Amino acid sequence: MSQLVIKDLHISIGEKSIVKGFNLTIKPGEVHAVMGPNGTGKSTLAKAIAGHPDYTITGGDVLLDGKSVLAMEPDERARTGLFLAFQYPSEIPGVSIANFLRAAVQARMAEGEELDATGYYKRLYAKMDLLKIDRKFTSRAVNDGFSGGEKKRCEILQMAMLEPKIALMDETDSGLDIDALRIVAEGVNSIRAAANPPGILLITHYQRLLDYIVPDFVHVMYAGRIVKSGDKSLALELEAKGYDWVKKEFAAATA
Amino acid sequence: MKPPTEIETAVAAENNPVAGIDQTKGDFQYKVDYAFDAGTGLNEDTVRYISTVKKEEPWLLDFRLKALKTFLDKPMPTHWATKDLENINFDKIRYYLSQGQKPKRTWDEVPDDIKKTFERLGIPEQERKFLAGVEAQFDSEAAYSNIKEIVAKQGVIFCNSTEGLREHPEIFRKFFGKVIPTGDNKFSALNSAVFSGGSFIYVPPGVKVAQPLQAYFRINAENFGQFERTLIIADEGAEVVYMEGCTAPKFSTSTLHSAVVELVALKGAKIQYITVQNWANNVFNLVTKRGVAHEEAEIKWIDCNIGSRLTMKYPGVVLKGRKARGEVISIALANDGQHQDTGAKMIHAADETTSNIVAKSISVGQGRSTYRGVVHIPKHLKGCKNNTECDALLINTNSRTDTYPAITVRGDRNSVQHEASVSKVSEEQIFYMQQRGLTEGQAMSLSVNGFINDLARQFPMEYSVELKRLIDLEMEGSVG
Ligand SMILES: Nc1ncnc2c1ncn2[C@@H]1O[C@H](COP(=O)(O)OP(=O)(O)OP(=O)(O)O)[C@@H](O)[C@H]1O
Ligand SMILES: [Mg+2]
Repeated sequence: MSQLVIKDLHISIGEKSIVKGFNLTIKPGEVHAVMGPNGTGKSTLAKAIAGHPDYTITGGDVLLDGKSVLAMEPDERARTGLFLAFQYPSEIPGVSIANFLRAAVQARMAEGEELDATGYYKRLYAKMDLLKIDRKFTSRAVNDGFSGGEKKRCEILQMAMLEPKIALMDETDSGLDIDALRIVAEGVNSIRAAANPPGILLITHYQRLLDYIVPDFVHVMYAGRIVKSGDKSLALELEAKGYDWVKKEFAAATA
Repeated sequence: MKPPTEIETAVAAENNPVAGIDQTKGDFQYKVDYAFDAGTGLNEDTVRYISTVKKEEPWLLDFRLKALKTFLDKPMPTHWATKDLENINFDKIRYYLSQGQKPKRTWDEVPDDIKKTFERLGIPEQERKFLAGVEAQFDSEAAYSNIKEIVAKQGVIFCNSTEGLREHPEIFRKFFGKVIPTGDNKFSALNSAVFSGGSFIYVPPGVKVAQPLQAYFRINAENFGQFERTLIIADEGAEVVYMEGCTAPKFSTSTLHSAVVELVALKGAKIQYITVQNWANNVFNLVTKRGVAHEEAEIKWIDCNIGSRLTMKYPGVVLKGRKARGEVISIALANDGQHQDTGAKMIHAADETTSNIVAKSISVGQGRSTYRGVVHIPKHLKGCKNNTECDALLINTNSRTDTYPAITVRGDRNSVQHEASVSKVSEEQIFYMQQRGLTEGQAMSLSVNGFINDLARQFPMEYSVELKRLIDLEMEGSVG
């Protein structure tokens, strides 16, 4: 069973401690929404789990299928089944989406195994159709000159192609117009409905996304850890009341 | 930073099997017995020895001896170029080594010890697949030279410079040393004194050679200097594509390669000259390349420098006739311990001439790239155009890149356009690609290939595949 266990995770950047004792278990097919004020450490959590070199794990562990990923290089973690949909995806000038994804798919194959180009393009086009991405995009350089919404859609396309075990989605909804939001959500839902659905950690600021991608759990992150968990109704409550009450509760509890 | 120790290199090769065969498939050497050897060091006797062995006419010996004097008189160009030039020890170099002066027409006749080398480099196979003719030079002389019969029947001449001089003196002498005079620079003078090998090509009027002609330059001996001399003449309306490749085993001592290449495109002719230079990292590669384009003629240099310790090379075009066109497409990759000092020269000498320079350099680690360009358009001309684009990609903060564009355009009836950019492969970009499952090395080579993508597409298919492979090897080898 592919599950991600985040155990008492502590992360710092340089001397600064950002994530302070984060605990969460994500089982296959589950969607965990993580919400929380700006600067609370959500992206830090996602990038550190993916192995970004800027972040130091100062305590705790991250286990995928019972095995710690912390000693692995970022690419090894990726090939093991971790996918991060970036809040700010990088541009790769001169490298087409088709070639990039092809290299990524190839990287997951055994040595000496050849990629079947026809099968690959069939699959790519099917996923693009699903996400209503124009075929022209295959020959465009990855994220180069893409609009904010196009970049996010391109992230989901990659996720659909690479079929991860665990997907960390960092504000995939930000920058999307109403139609694009629905298309992306449908894309994610179809990934959820597939035979071996990934566990998803969905970072978002807006309850609106959760109308489309209905989460199994909602967690509030504050000051580097989860301070409150609940079901979908928690998101509605946050929408109505903001974060002040969470902050107050937290202050009272730690005082 | 210290260079990696042998153990570190070996460990890196363990972790990354590709790094082990880096630099690349050319790093091997078979023992060869040389029948002709000019010894070590350079003086008049060296020059006389070469000329005698080649049974040259007196005028040529005279030409060589004068060139030697020019070479000795000229100072090293270290007032503008790198001080690393001072590390060349001309007294320790061997200036002529060969098994004989006559190249073989079939691979079967090529002596085994030399044939093995070219087979390992894949030359006979390439020849069968897509070439109109091949010349394979081993140290000072061509070991093999052949042109497909169908091309020879069109009157195309393709041989080495010695044969060219002997068998086609009327064409050879007319153009030899005219595009690049002996005294052009210290290294063109050196080449003029001791040159051996290189190609001589003549394409008759109106003949369009359908497949490329290729020369392969191989250095096999240690402490050796290779000084080939190439002369290509495309007569009126003729078209030819010439490609050259080069490798050498990696020695601990330095090796010198100093060629002179002259191109003449007569009225309406087209010459495309493609180089994929992959010398080992101990080779000083100091090459002078220039072409003259007559009326409505076109000369295009595609110059790709991946290997060598120091390359200094600025392919040029003299736009001599009305509406002549010149182009330089330059790709340079400077890895640790390398300096690629490359660029282009465009000398406009007639109305309505156009030139285009696109130079892309990649600097990795301690690698250093320098772009030097000259574009000259005198005042009395009109309707001339130049476009220059220089882009540099840096792969870590230690890399160094310099640009020295010298554009002298006088008068207001001509137009120039110049763009330059420096970009970096950022940590974020590499992380992004790694997050998709690519190793750091794969991520870097993908970035580099992306950077030169628009230029690589202009290469013939076989060469762009080769280029991509070389870049992959370089980048894989540069991490870990
Ligand atoms: N590379 C970095 N260098 C220095 N500080 C950083 C770096 N990355 C993040 N931080 C800091 O860490 C804290 C947490 O940032 P993070 O991006 O994880 O927040 P977030 O919860 O994702 O916020 P948002 O909702 O705005 O995306 C912030 O104070 C941020 O400034
Ligand atoms: Mg964030």
